[in-house]
Amino acid sequence: MEKQPIISVKNLVKNYGDFEAVRDISFEVYEGEIFGLLGPNGAGKTTTLEIIETLRDKTSGEIIVDGFSVDTNAESIKQRIGVQLQAAGYYPNLNLSELIDLFSGLYGIKKKPLEMLEMVALTDKAKAKYKQLSGGQKQRFSIATTLINNPRIIFLDEPTTGLDPQARRNLWDLIIKIRDSGTTVVITTHYMDEAEVLCDRVAFVDGGKIVGIDTPDNFVDKLVASGFERKKEVKAATLEDVFIDLTGKEWRG
Amino acid sequence: MSKYDHVGATLAIAKASLRSILRSPSSVVFTLAFPLIFILVFGFIGGGGVKVDVGVAPGTDTANPIYKALAQTAIIKLHKGLDTKSLNQNLSKGSLDAVLQIKSNGYVKTGDGKMRLTSGNAPYTVNVNYTTSSAKGDIFKSIITNIKNEVNIRFMQQVLASRSGGDADAAAQAAAGFQMAEVRESTITGRAYKTIDFILPGQLGFSLLSTGVFGTAFVFLSLRITLVIKRFFATPVKRASIVLGEALARICFSLIGALFIIIIGHFAFGFTLVHGAVTVINMLILSVIGLIVFMGFGFTVSGIAKNESSVPPIANIITLPQFLLSGTFFSIDNFPTWLQPLSRILPLTYLNDAMRKVAFEGAGLGDVTHQLLILFIWGVVIYTIAVKTFKWE
Repeated sequence: MEKQPIISVKNLVKNYGDFEAVRDISFEVYEGEIFGLLGPNGAGKTTTLEIIETLRDKTSGEIIVDGFSVDTNAESIKQRIGVQLQAAGYYPNLNLSELIDLFSGLYGIKKKPLEMLEMVALTDKAKAKYKQLSGGQKQRFSIATTLINNPRIIFLDEPTTGLDPQARRNLWDLIIKIRDSGTTVVITTHYMDEAEVLCDRVAFVDGGKIVGIDTPDNFVDKLVASGFERKKEVKAATLEDVFIDLTGKEWRG
Repeated sequence: MSKYDHVGATLAIAKASLRSILRSPSSVVFTLAFPLIFILVFGFIGGGGVKVDVGVAPGTDTANPIYKALAQTAIIKLHKGLDTKSLNQNLSKGSLDAVLQIKSNGYVKTGDGKMRLTSGNAPYTVNVNYTTSSAKGDIFKSIITNIKNEVNIRFMQQVLASRSGGDADAAAQAAAGFQMAEVRESTITGRAYKTIDFILPGQLGFSLLSTGVFGTAFVFLSLRITLVIKRFFATPVKRASIVLGEALARICFSLIGALFIIIIGHFAFGFTLVHGAVTVINMLILSVIGLIVFMGFGFTVSGIAKNESSVPPIANIITLPQFLLSGTFFSIDNFPTWLQPLSRILPLTYLNDAMRKVAFEGAGLGDVTHQLLILFIWGVVIYTIAVKTFKWE
């Protein structure tokens, strides 16, 4: 099957004064895949995402999102993407239903709050305030707000940071479900096991540059082929497997 | 994809913001509770106007016409049952304005209904002690003099009536003859300018000032810091919609608050509304104009403040001087002359002024163009600064 690029980034550069946050990055995201941007803190992942999301100006380069240029058609792009920001808050004193109503208004779309909350299993929290939610619930709600405008692409910036293993797995299921329904997902994460499970392709970013882009399988295979060996003998399970085995897989809210 | 609905987005923000304001304790306290408490306090203590506190000395004869006339006088409050020592103490402190003693001089009514004096004295002696601690003694002095004259005339009528064998008309004529001159007192019936008529517009103005400055500053700062605005920017919403939506919510909230304050003031404390509903509408229009100007201050504060704890000090620098100097509680005419020019710079002074003219004097908006012009100038100045200082992220 021919892979259609839905996002194409060419020679992207972003400078903050003398500091070069993003140095000449180029990559493509294919339609219908989960694409991971991986790399250490300060590598330029969030900056790159926010430039694609039209939240930040670039210094130079060319970016096309679903056929629209960020330079000339930012509003069209905003209408067809969903954005989850790292550590973003929500309007104070409103419950989840009211927040969904607000975002529906902001996107100019009529959506039933309960339908949206059902997609992320939060119907029983419809009358709760955002700050009363657990970490996992907060992230699920954030993802619900990205889906209101039936976006072609959603961007998730470290959605699983700080979550317990159950909530993390639960979020993976949700993200895979979203991908399977035809939405392209761009995600950043610091958890490599997560990237391995979730991502169809990943790009490693370091010092504002892409140092590698491929499928997780290919990356691992190449590394093994180069003669790499783990220092410790590999066990058939990890401590996280033990955690899930002992504490169960069911959602903890 | 259908055309994006900017009006819908603006209204969505206005609705969300209004819900949020109504659930935020601080905005409700500042806009409604504070002004209402001040109105209650001033409504009760200021309701009756002047009161003269008069102590009644022990042993005072209370069965005589002078005492009865005093007891019926509305502005005099008689304090009975105090001993001589505490009477003197209260008098010297000024918590009593005068101390009164009335002695009967043995004037008796004889069995046949006629009056007879036991001695050559007047039937009653009234002793009054005033104090230098209170200026209200003079009021009492004039009241008691009036009563004395009246009682004397009536007494003379009775005496003459008893002499002329019960012919009351003849007695009255004779009594009138005793008067050297007659004082006719009359008061024109104007609208009573009550304390509430002064306090309520001031409180309304202050309520608008705090909603405009604190409310706007806090909401935009916190939306900026918690990245709510950034998340908004990831939707197609325009910046103008965010500002307009927030402003709309605050205007709605303040109008509800103003209406509430006016209605309570009118029905519970007799706040004067010269032209009824028209006056209320004019006051509400003034409220919106004032609020828009004050929101300009709020936008500026939200831009200057670095975090939420630096909002109150900066906002207080703007609101406190206006709270004290803009005639919220006291007429600025009472301020020392060197302070008055400062009062006459502040925008709240002109809003208060316009409110009072509209509410009490029945002025229309066309009669307060001077005040509106100064508010307009303030608006232009503050929004020029706001545009320069306001930060989105």
